[in-house]
Amino acid sequence: MSATQTRPVGLLAQYETPADLLHAALEVRDAGYRQWDVYSPFPIHGMDAAMDLRNSKVGYFTFAGGITGFFSGMLMIWFMNKFDYPIVVGGKPLFTPLFAFPVSYELTILLGAFGTLFGMAFLNRLPKLYNPLFNVDRFRRVTDDKFFVYIEAIDPKYSAESTRSLLEKTGATAIDVVED
Amino acid sequence: MANAAALSAGAAPSSNQGGADTHAAPPKIVAAAPPRELERYPLVLNNRPFNWITERIAGVCEKPMPLWWWPAFIVSFGGMMMMFGLVAYLIATGVGVWGLNQPAAWAWDITNFVFWIGIGHAGTLISAVLCLLRQKWRTAINRAAEAMTLFAVACAGIFPVVHTGRVWMALWWLPPIPNNMAIWPQFRSPLLWDVFAVSTYGTVSLLFWYTGLVPDLATLRDRATCKIKRLLYGFFSLGWTGSNRNWSNYEKAYLILAGLSTPLVLSVHSIVSFDFAVSQVPGWHTTIFPPYFVAGAIFSGFGMVLTLMIPMRTLFHLEDIITVKHVELMCKVILATGSMVGYAYGMEFFIAWYGGSPYELYAFKNRAFGPYWWAYWSMITCNVISPHLFWSKTIRTNMVLVWIIAGFVNVGMWFERFVIIVTSIHRDYLPSSWGYFTPTWVDVFTFVGSFGLFMTLFLLFIRYLPAIAISEVKAVTPQADPHHPLGGAKEHHH
Repeated sequence: MSATQTRPVGLLAQYETPADLLHAALEVRDAGYRQWDVYSPFPIHGMDAAMDLRNSKVGYFTFAGGITGFFSGMLMIWFMNKFDYPIVVGGKPLFTPLFAFPVSYELTILLGAFGTLFGMAFLNRLPKLYNPLFNVDRFRRVTDDKFFVYIEAIDPKYSAESTRSLLEKTGATAIDVVED
Repeated sequence: MANAAALSAGAAPSSNQGGADTHAAPPKIVAAAPPRELERYPLVLNNRPFNWITERIAGVCEKPMPLWWWPAFIVSFGGMMMMFGLVAYLIATGVGVWGLNQPAAWAWDITNFVFWIGIGHAGTLISAVLCLLRQKWRTAINRAAEAMTLFAVACAGIFPVVHTGRVWMALWWLPPIPNNMAIWPQFRSPLLWDVFAVSTYGTVSLLFWYTGLVPDLATLRDRATCKIKRLLYGFFSLGWTGSNRNWSNYEKAYLILAGLSTPLVLSVHSIVSFDFAVSQVPGWHTTIFPPYFVAGAIFSGFGMVLTLMIPMRTLFHLEDIITVKHVELMCKVILATGSMVGYAYGMEFFIAWYGGSPYELYAFKNRAFGPYWWAYWSMITCNVISPHLFWSKTIRTNMVLVWIIAGFVNVGMWFERFVIIVTSIHRDYLPSSWGYFTPTWVDVFTFVGSFGLFMTLFLLFIRYLPAIAISEVKAVTPQADPHHPLGGAKEHHH
């Protein structure tokens, strides 16, 4: 990378155990921060509540996908076998929802699953091609055995000194300035 | 996925607490400790730290493969190429290179299809159904079992496509598009339902598997030592950071995918069974088929999971993660589903007699005592007798015996599909339309080659991807529980 200017975008504090992280998250929340997040190698029980996160909205995407799948299945079969080119086979009706059900059922699940995955990716803003957190070497161990709290500089309550001292108070074992 | 607290934060595995701090103030009411046999067993033995788990699992695909991998890969790859060669020969010549005849127009091809698709079902059962049932032991085996599902579906897909002979016509009947006469595929046929069921199954299994892989791909990305690895793992891990805001959506998505896969897996083998049950053929036209096929599929799939996992845990020294307890639990699933299968065999016979249709009764008598008696009794020996050995704990905990019995299950379930398909159709209503199916060498080696395809894909999977879900295994350890002393909980916290 050329000599581009970097500026601090937040503070990243490292913790050693899930309990320390949970405790720190409660402190950061109670201090009134909004633009912050915690990072861990696995989901930690109780963390959503500690961060005041609402129930995830992924389910709406699943529902939209599933409904689309079911009705497109029914409509497709009705169109192909009853409307566009009706052929009597074995004296069976040209269309009933009964024989159209298995295929529509599978399409419900198929599009529901796509809705879930794409909904999750959309809500998480993934794929993400660049993230300043990776400029901190220590952060590599977030997918191994270390735990982090990151408070962004754009948070209205952020100040280089008081935020740092809050993180120090919560038992962080290392604090880095994240630069972008 | 892994909500660590369902492991009951309070009554955590006590067998590993020897070294834990003795911080707790004496409680007012002292409850008696549960008896030893009621204590929860640890899912990862020896209290391994997170880093050990990462190193051990990621190490498998980061270090060079052990020496045995190469001969195994070369043999599997050879088998796979043999199968592709034979498929090319079949397509170039016609389905007559197989032993198919009239009346036995379905034989090894559809047997192999149902066999492979059934094997896949254990992977989905482990990943989805056990997830919904909060069976935490699934985390050690779900990744490899889901991979097995995908590879088994790939093997399964080949047979129904090539058995049509003119595979280029698949363009018309796989995706629903009109043929040259503007006729659409007709959806009253269970064969078309099957196309949708199997392709949905393959796709959703892939999505589920990939979703589970994302955090572990991020682990491999962060540990990568060369640029190509970092780029590739980085690309597929989508920039995952382990942010809790992401975990929150991720866990919900994972749970929903499990919720979608559960009715899916039940429907897939039900619809496969409709291929037979919706027909009028005696021996096929039975209402017991859907549940019976699903139970059989799970039974055979767990057989294959054990066949793959027992060598894997030994060869890669994963005994602390895939513990004897895990193997035992899988044996119990085999015992349960094997009993269901045995019950279904009995019930089929009872209904054949009780139903009063002479054709139905004949089909079943012919199954057990006709020209294919040897296939029927091989099936009974492998599927009805062998799983009951798992009543014994001594056998369940003996890895060699479990591996051998799992092999019997695999063989037995192949025979089951052969028995159902061939014995039902080889004698039509008129004795002038009776026949006997004998496989040709092409039949045999195409099937053998499909194992080559399966094993090639599985060996490549072990080589390049984490074969055990790293983040999920960590999440079920007591160290991951913030309310457990090993997770760092101290008295003054909550």
